[in-house]
Amino acid sequence: MSLLKIRNLTVEFDTAQGAFRAVDGIDVEVSGREVLAIVGESGSGKSVSMLAVMGLLPPTATITADEITYDGRDMLKMSGRERRQIIGKEISMIFQEPISSLNPSFTCGYQVEEVLTRHLGLKGKHARKRALELFEQVGIPDPERRLNSYPHQLSGGQCQRVMIAMAIACKPRLLIADEPTTALDVTIQKQILDLLMSLQEEYGMGLIMITHDMGVVAETADRVSVQFKGRKLEEADVLSLFENPQHPYTRALLAALPENATGDRLLTVADGWEGVQ
Amino acid sequence: MSVILEGRDITRDYIVSGGFLRGAKTIRALHGISFSLEQGKTLAIVGESGCGKSTLARILTLIDPANSGDLYIQGEKIDIKETKVTSALRAKVQIVFQNPYSSLNPRQKVGEVLTEPLIINTDIPAKERRKRAEEMLEKVGLERQHYNRYPHMFSGDQRQRIAIARALMLNPQILVLDEPVSALDLSVQAQVLNLLKDLQDEFDLSYIFVSHDLSVVRYFADEVMVMNAGEVVEYASRDQIFANPQHEYTKTLLAATPIADVEKIRERVERRKAFLAAES
Repeated sequence: MSLLKIRNLTVEFDTAQGAFRAVDGIDVEVSGREVLAIVGESGSGKSVSMLAVMGLLPPTATITADEITYDGRDMLKMSGRERRQIIGKEISMIFQEPISSLNPSFTCGYQVEEVLTRHLGLKGKHARKRALELFEQVGIPDPERRLNSYPHQLSGGQCQRVMIAMAIACKPRLLIADEPTTALDVTIQKQILDLLMSLQEEYGMGLIMITHDMGVVAETADRVSVQFKGRKLEEADVLSLFENPQHPYTRALLAALPENATGDRLLTVADGWEGVQ
Repeated sequence: MSVILEGRDITRDYIVSGGFLRGAKTIRALHGISFSLEQGKTLAIVGESGCGKSTLARILTLIDPANSGDLYIQGEKIDIKETKVTSALRAKVQIVFQNPYSSLNPRQKVGEVLTEPLIINTDIPAKERRKRAEEMLEKVGLERQHYNRYPHMFSGDQRQRIAIARALMLNPQILVLDEPVSALDLSVQAQVLNLLKDLQDEFDLSYIFVSHDLSVVRYFADEVMVMNAGEVVEYASRDQIFANPQHEYTKTLLAATPIADVEKIRERVERRKAFLAAES
């Protein structure tokens, strides 16, 4: 039974030049305890489709879908109130730029406690105690002091850990990670990916990893969905995708990886694949 | 093979204010960096944020002076604290920045972007400047008619091509590439890297290639200098660094770089299966 199921999702933005279709009939299905990677380049609609599920798109966006169900419940028919009880609690999300996604005016501890108060009704000392536990769990050094630190006092990697602490505060069943390591150094990237994977196994949650990095896909995903210009081109389990990619675009993407260079030149996507625009 | 660029014991300090009523502090960003770059070759400078690689790039491009140490270009000692940078010197080293969205002036047309270095550093007449700019556009895979367009009309890789064209307008011998492809999508990253290789062959350019991405470095560099906290921790040929890294930090970097290798994926998938089976 799938945890989140989306059929035929379309997102259009009103622009001065008329409607722009950012997502064009995407299907997404993820079961609990599964890691789904959505991979694509900029403009492929990989973030927009997940922001649509989270209800985080601006009012200029028109979202239509045949089906969006979370745990068997129809999210399209839900009231705002019902939705808010799921979003942030059972489905949570972390973003690409950890420093800019935290509020600079509040301490990191306060921002985590806010989630605990809003969704679990924990207050005061109880919230603080739980926030401290979460900081320890995500591996923030000197957690007691860090509860009182402001985001600008922490490094990018530490801020991403705070974001993760916030996202897992209510033990979500589905975590959506939108390019969680793109802004980070490789050694920090590895730590954050390892942390996400161990939390995923520990909590038994579903994880949707949105990324453009084939290396990250290779090291995290169970299943992979390849998107291009708002459409899904291919979906396969991770091993089949890398061993035997079906779509010419996927083949071209893999051939363009510098580690797959044969001889002196890199194959480019244009060499391997013209068309399907 | 002749050495075109050489640094000996280069250091750089930044003075930061310690806060109200407190003295200023000195932070040493570079601790005695020595290296040499041979004509027509590529030296990659690898490290994480804060390791000093961009500070070094600025010194090599003669934007900032070093605090101590010597810099030699074609055997000639350069000290920009003592003498002003001449046009002839400026023409020798040029730089391409990381983010083509911010390194091009949005109010300047492509033609102005490309001819500006010629206006400042040479006395080539206008007609000739335009001719050279149009030729350069073709060299980097753009078209002559792009001369009159604005940067916002181009995609990320096209803008990076414009930035590369600008850097080449003065016929430099050395190009400092500061993370030139890290802001680009994978599919166009390969095209820009291929372009840089072609240009290197055509103009016999020597590259300083600053990067944090080891898979790109492995493809692109001849020699690799690994930096950490302002110091060089390892400096060797590309093959040696990747086949047989000596320093712990280099090993950590290599181990942390995600690689799309089928055998590694197979192992991981087996582990996952075993874990899920044990759980249920």
